[in-house]
Amino acid sequence: MQILFVSATLLYMLSAAAYCTYLFLQHERLQQAGVWLLAAGFGCQTALFGWAFAATGSVPVNNLHQTLTVAAWTLVGVFLALRTKFNLKILGVYTAPLAVFILLAATQFPNEPLQPQNLLKGVWLFTHILATFIGDAAFVLAAGVGVLYLIQERNIKAKRRDFFFKRLPSLDLLDTTGYACIVTGFTMLTIGLITGMVYAKIIWGHFWQWDAKEVWSAVTWIFYAVLLHERLAVGWRGRRAAIMAIAGLGVLLFTFLGVNFLLSGHHGQFTRW
Amino acid sequence: MDKIILIGLNHKTAPIEIRECLAFSESDACTALAGLCGEPAIEESILLSTCNRVELLFTARQIPAAIQAAKHFLSHQKQISLADFEDALYLHQGDAAVRHLFRVAASLDSMVVGEPQILGQVKTAYRLATEQKSSGVILNRLLHRTFFVAKRIRTETGIGDHAVSISYAAIELGRKIFGSLEGRRVLLVGAGEMAELAVEHLIRNRVGQVVVANRTLERAMALAAQYKGSAIRLEEVADQLNRVDIIISSTGSPGYVLRAPEVKAVMRDRRNRPLFFIDIAVPRDIDPAINTINNAYVYDIDDLNTVVDTNIEDRQREAVKAERLIDEAVIQFRQWYDSLNVVPTIKALHAKIRAAAQAELDKAFHQQLGHLSAEDRKAVERLMESTVNKLLHDPTHYLRSNGCQGDRSVSLDVARKLFKLDD
Repeated sequence: MQILFVSATLLYMLSAAAYCTYLFLQHERLQQAGVWLLAAGFGCQTALFGWAFAATGSVPVNNLHQTLTVAAWTLVGVFLALRTKFNLKILGVYTAPLAVFILLAATQFPNEPLQPQNLLKGVWLFTHILATFIGDAAFVLAAGVGVLYLIQERNIKAKRRDFFFKRLPSLDLLDTTGYACIVTGFTMLTIGLITGMVYAKIIWGHFWQWDAKEVWSAVTWIFYAVLLHERLAVGWRGRRAAIMAIAGLGVLLFTFLGVNFLLSGHHGQFTRW
Repeated sequence: MDKIILIGLNHKTAPIEIRECLAFSESDACTALAGLCGEPAIEESILLSTCNRVELLFTARQIPAAIQAAKHFLSHQKQISLADFEDALYLHQGDAAVRHLFRVAASLDSMVVGEPQILGQVKTAYRLATEQKSSGVILNRLLHRTFFVAKRIRTETGIGDHAVSISYAAIELGRKIFGSLEGRRVLLVGAGEMAELAVEHLIRNRVGQVVVANRTLERAMALAAQYKGSAIRLEEVADQLNRVDIIISSTGSPGYVLRAPEVKAVMRDRRNRPLFFIDIAVPRDIDPAINTINNAYVYDIDDLNTVVDTNIEDRQREAVKAERLIDEAVIQFRQWYDSLNVVPTIKALHAKIRAAAQAELDKAFHQQLGHLSAEDRKAVERLMESTVNKLLHDPTHYLRSNGCQGDRSVSLDVARKLFKLDD
């Protein structure tokens, strides 16, 4: 159990090191090593997840330690999936260190299983949690791509051919990838919200209770809905889309963590330590 | 050879703001050359003006006066105070001037080393000078040598290999913006060798339709036929922005062809799809403010300079070879130039010997040989003539050929003293 967590963290660290070296040296092998190390770490985490799921029959998100661990796992998973579709090698420089950071943050919190909760069982809840996490991970990657876009755009506008100009891909690829991340994230978030509402109806008898978490989830959803709508309707692309994707991450983080720390609501226990 | 002087400025010494103020159009250059012919200190002159350089090549009667005259001439012609651009000027004299001209024509001094357009531009400058009769014996010879050297460098070194100049820079940038250029539409505004080259490179990268705009629809149609595209008038350019992705502009227009509000207005209709402007014109065609509009990118000729810097390294190796060829050519030109002094020496030598022979003949015909018939006199004259020629043959040959090793001026000096030619 513990060994899997430690291996995953170490593998992500090695991957982050490989990616950072790749950033400077631009050797294709380093980048490939980065992907494989990340995939290996993801394998460890998947085993860990499967083991916990088999043991308790529920998704292991009982406390902040587990929540962050699952967040890192989905982040890497979404990145690996994205990597097969878009040739955006450089994004690993963002993903791998971030995964390391999340896992290290997770170690700061105790992993004491709370009393078994029947609340966390069932296919609706499983889908709710997984879809939400995948959606959130996609939004985090969208923000990362947005940062890369802004860097590259600034290079081209300012007519600089510095370090990043050569290393970053075309604006078109960055924009398309960011868009794909937003679409994925939005789809998953929608599924997560719907399944969550259905689950709430089953457990509490209400689809919607104006709980702080619910409200902020709706705010997040609306934020990305507006972003997608503007893109489809008037073509919000490029710089503006990138800035919105980064701003969206702020809203997302608040919904994910801030609400639980600062406000009270029925998701509070998952991030308690 | 110190009287051959070149002053000028180029993309390395002066920013585009100064260069566009000093740029001469063809008709400007004609009037300027006519004006230069009137300068007493300047003998021959050629004016080369491209988007990257303005250079004045001349031979001087009085060197310092000619340099001052040339500087003031530039400032006066373009109505700019000399102080504004004097710091950017470089001055080459003698061998250095010849070498500089060779390097320019061989495209060693270009923004993109090895770009082929410059030779054509030097040829045009020379044509204008011959039309205005502002070039003479020295510059004619120098320019012919220049063309010869430039061609030799192009065929014997790899300096022109691989990607060419602006077009390559533009394509590399286009890839950083659009990813793939396939299917992107191109609008060519105006014409010109460099712009057309860029379009050809884009076509090789499988861009989509090419639209050509020109002041004269006829020219636009001719170019459009060449690219299998469509032709429009210059006034329609703003309306076309909706339908194209890459705009290459190279008109002779004194003002901007496209301004920021026109582009801003079209971005919403385009749904913010990126627009890439390549402005090859000097003075500029594309309002630089367009670069501040989201998803619109403007690169002028100076910006492209920074792009190609990295590619120059490859050509630099070939340039070393080219420099050697140029050194050879400079030496050859200097030899020719020096031989200009041999000719007067030989002439003086011939004149002196012939005059002496003729004087002796005349004296003899009046005195002891006065009884000879006309036919006999002719025979004696022929005899004298061939004797003189035989005697002169070897020294003449010696002076003219490379028979004299080392410094030729030494041999010339000896010959002049030996025959007392300087009296």
